[in-house]
Amino acid sequence: MIRAVFAAALLLAAPVRAEIAIQEVTSPGGIKAWLVEDHNIPFTALEIQFRGGSSLEAPEKRGVVNLMAATLEEGAGEMDSKAFAEARDALAAGISFSSGADSVGVSAKFLTENRDQVVELMRAALVTPRFDQEAVDRVRGQVLSNLRANEKDPGTIASEKFDALAFGDHPYATTADGTTETVTKLTRDDVVAAHKAALARDRVFVAASGDITAEELGKLLDRLLGELPATGAPQPGDAPWLLPPGVTVVDFPTPQSTVFFGEQGIPRDDPDFFPAFLLNEVIGGGRFTARLMTEVREKRGLTYGIGTYIVNMDHADMLLGHFSASNDKVAEAIKVVKEEWGRLVTEGVTPEELEATKTYLTGSYPLRFDGNGPIASILVGMQMDGMPIDYVTTRNARIEAVTMEDIQRVAARLFKPEALQFVVVGQPEGM
Amino acid sequence: MLGRFGAGLAVALALALPAVADEPVTSFTLDNGLNVVVIEDHRAPVVVQMIWYRVGAADEPPGHSGIAHFLEHLMFKGTEKVAPNAFSGIVEAQGGDDNAFTSWDYTAYFQRIAADRLDLVMEMEADRMRNLRLTEEDVLTERQVILEERAQRTDSDPGSLLMEQMRAAQFLNTPYGIPVIGWRHEIVDLSREDALSYYKRFYAPNNATLVIAGDVTPDEVKTLAEKYYGPLKPSEGIVPRVRPQEPPQLAERRLVLEDERVSEPYVYRSYLAPERDPGNQREAAALTVLAELLGGNGQTSVLARALQFDTQTAVFSSAYYDGTSIDDATFGLVVMPVQGVSLAEAEAAMDKVLADFLKTGPDPAALERIRTQVRAGEIYDRDDVESLANRYGQELSVGLTMTDIDTWDEALSAVTAEDVMAVAHKVLDRKNAVTGWLTRPATEEEAQP
Repeated sequence: MIRAVFAAALLLAAPVRAEIAIQEVTSPGGIKAWLVEDHNIPFTALEIQFRGGSSLEAPEKRGVVNLMAATLEEGAGEMDSKAFAEARDALAAGISFSSGADSVGVSAKFLTENRDQVVELMRAALVTPRFDQEAVDRVRGQVLSNLRANEKDPGTIASEKFDALAFGDHPYATTADGTTETVTKLTRDDVVAAHKAALARDRVFVAASGDITAEELGKLLDRLLGELPATGAPQPGDAPWLLPPGVTVVDFPTPQSTVFFGEQGIPRDDPDFFPAFLLNEVIGGGRFTARLMTEVREKRGLTYGIGTYIVNMDHADMLLGHFSASNDKVAEAIKVVKEEWGRLVTEGVTPEELEATKTYLTGSYPLRFDGNGPIASILVGMQMDGMPIDYVTTRNARIEAVTMEDIQRVAARLFKPEALQFVVVGQPEGM
Repeated sequence: MLGRFGAGLAVALALALPAVADEPVTSFTLDNGLNVVVIEDHRAPVVVQMIWYRVGAADEPPGHSGIAHFLEHLMFKGTEKVAPNAFSGIVEAQGGDDNAFTSWDYTAYFQRIAADRLDLVMEMEADRMRNLRLTEEDVLTERQVILEERAQRTDSDPGSLLMEQMRAAQFLNTPYGIPVIGWRHEIVDLSREDALSYYKRFYAPNNATLVIAGDVTPDEVKTLAEKYYGPLKPSEGIVPRVRPQEPPQLAERRLVLEDERVSEPYVYRSYLAPERDPGNQREAAALTVLAELLGGNGQTSVLARALQFDTQTAVFSSAYYDGTSIDDATFGLVVMPVQGVSLAEAEAAMDKVLADFLKTGPDPAALERIRTQVRAGEIYDRDDVESLANRYGQELSVGLTMTDIDTWDEALSAVTAEDVMAVAHKVLDRKNAVTGWLTRPATEEEAQP
């Protein structure tokens, strides 16, 4: 058996350091950003996030932030929708707008030679969007079409049911896209108000990576964002956690059931976060060797894939998982998940498992920083999470510091088989 | 503009407008026939290893659909050196990730890992090229997994079922009509022997391309490749992939898939179209530009302007073409009507847009914007060495040469309005097409005359 050869190699592996230098840039006008300068390729990736998304909405205006963000590219200043798209494409720039429960985002990339013109285009979209009635109505039609499609999509049905069970009357309880009823009634004035509420300088986070200096970035920030209002709408309070334990079946005519399951999670700034992060990786992380992949897929062939996730939203923390399994197998799969949840608490994690999980997490971390686009996106996320600027160099040490005792304590604190809720969309047998 | 489709269809619609970089790309061949391509990017201490076998679902023996993909799963089961199911765990314990995928013309395996551990993953990948071990139990359990995969990806998604039916209707004779995942009634009978005989014949250095991308030099790769892959014996079962070809299509083909899970009905049109050929990519380049002009952009493309802006006929429209295949490709159009517009009306509106385009031709400014984006793409693509590795692997695996790959952007930039019109007239003919309607079962009130 030469298997020993590979086992020995494991011991030799020293963690790789992420070799990126992050600068904090403050523009002359006082806007902060994180920057990784890299002049190898003549373009820049720029990521902007505004804290607060559909979480800012009143109940009767659900979906307005989504509609607003999706209409930002539909014309600005002198340009209508077509003129804006033609200008962007003629400059070979990528500019996209997005929104979610907690944020509105702008993701851009531009060649160095076109930088000023692209920034001007982005500034127009962010500061002077037109929100023409024709564009609002057309995009609304697309949103409504998506909403109808979601009603027939087992995955969306499952996650929406889960949120409805968990969050009471908090905005998180309903989808960020809104409902057919609310979206139909939204007016152009609502969209304009959502723009003022969400896009303000008191909530903006920026990161850039690529062919740009700190001085150039500072000037760019003032031009791009300086004309936005200083403050926006207040952020909502924390969501209640009302998720009942048990199994909820939503009847849907399909041969395979889709399952969302979970319980309350752990805050990102909790001292137990890193042990929890490791525990999640052991049971359901993104690896083929995670326990649930091994037990539900590899050993029993009950699913194509299963994963669990620590989800930290601004106003709620969750421990979530999902998978699909044929209607005649889903009951058995749920039973295995519950058993594994319990086994994590009663038997814990072996020292070997903990070690292997640490090497995976510490070794894979530097691999994330492999391009301007990914770097800018990670850096903006770190700022929103309140991480210090040296987090990249200290993160692996925090993982290494987790002990077997930490694991045991946090497993008992976080993993509660009796608290799990399973939402099953399909026609499961024997449930 | 909002994205419309889930991942499945989005992949099919993604436009093939890649652009090759001015990156240092080196290639060489080992004595046993293994092609090696090295793409250097020293910005981060990361390396990607990909091994591409020139065999896929279109090379399966009749009646055994899905065996190419099934074997892909079974390749993670172990060898003499690697314990059962330990392959991914060894990579993961080094901080790496691994996976694999199968298409009609190729099957590929990859790892992404710290550059100083290339040695390890190369040894493992070379080992499983010839030394796979499979137990009966592994095979039976994994067969359940791929049945669940089929249930999740295809049977649970009416849009995927429509695509599967349309390909089957489009390709009467070439094996592209068979789904990569396989037909369910054939998957259930796939055996250990099926997998092993396919493996032994096709998995060999003379039927593979190795692509290494990232923080490595060609010299390092050459030394390691000779050490690990060099000793492997070539297969004698590798013959040129000459497959049955399509007969001329004489009659339009139409189908309607009714499914109560459908929310938003749509029309999908697929035309048989020429693929990229070694030394001759001109028509394929023109078709790529045609797809971009007709449906590549939600605000400015011909279909979007006519159906979503000038009239409120559609909520979504798109066009796609991917000519990277060995045999005939397809050129596709999709129109999702707004509520109150029937599929018949949507299809008629789409056909009118095409008829008008065939008379007037492309807007020269739109053509110029596409050329600009092609040139910029050469710069942006250098930021993502993994997708470059993907591109070289895929294109070499369908028989294109390094020169074809390196001149593809030139071919795209050289496309003229006349070239676009020539391929448009040639391909956009309903006698050459399959038209599919995805819809709910009609209630009595809704029934179309």
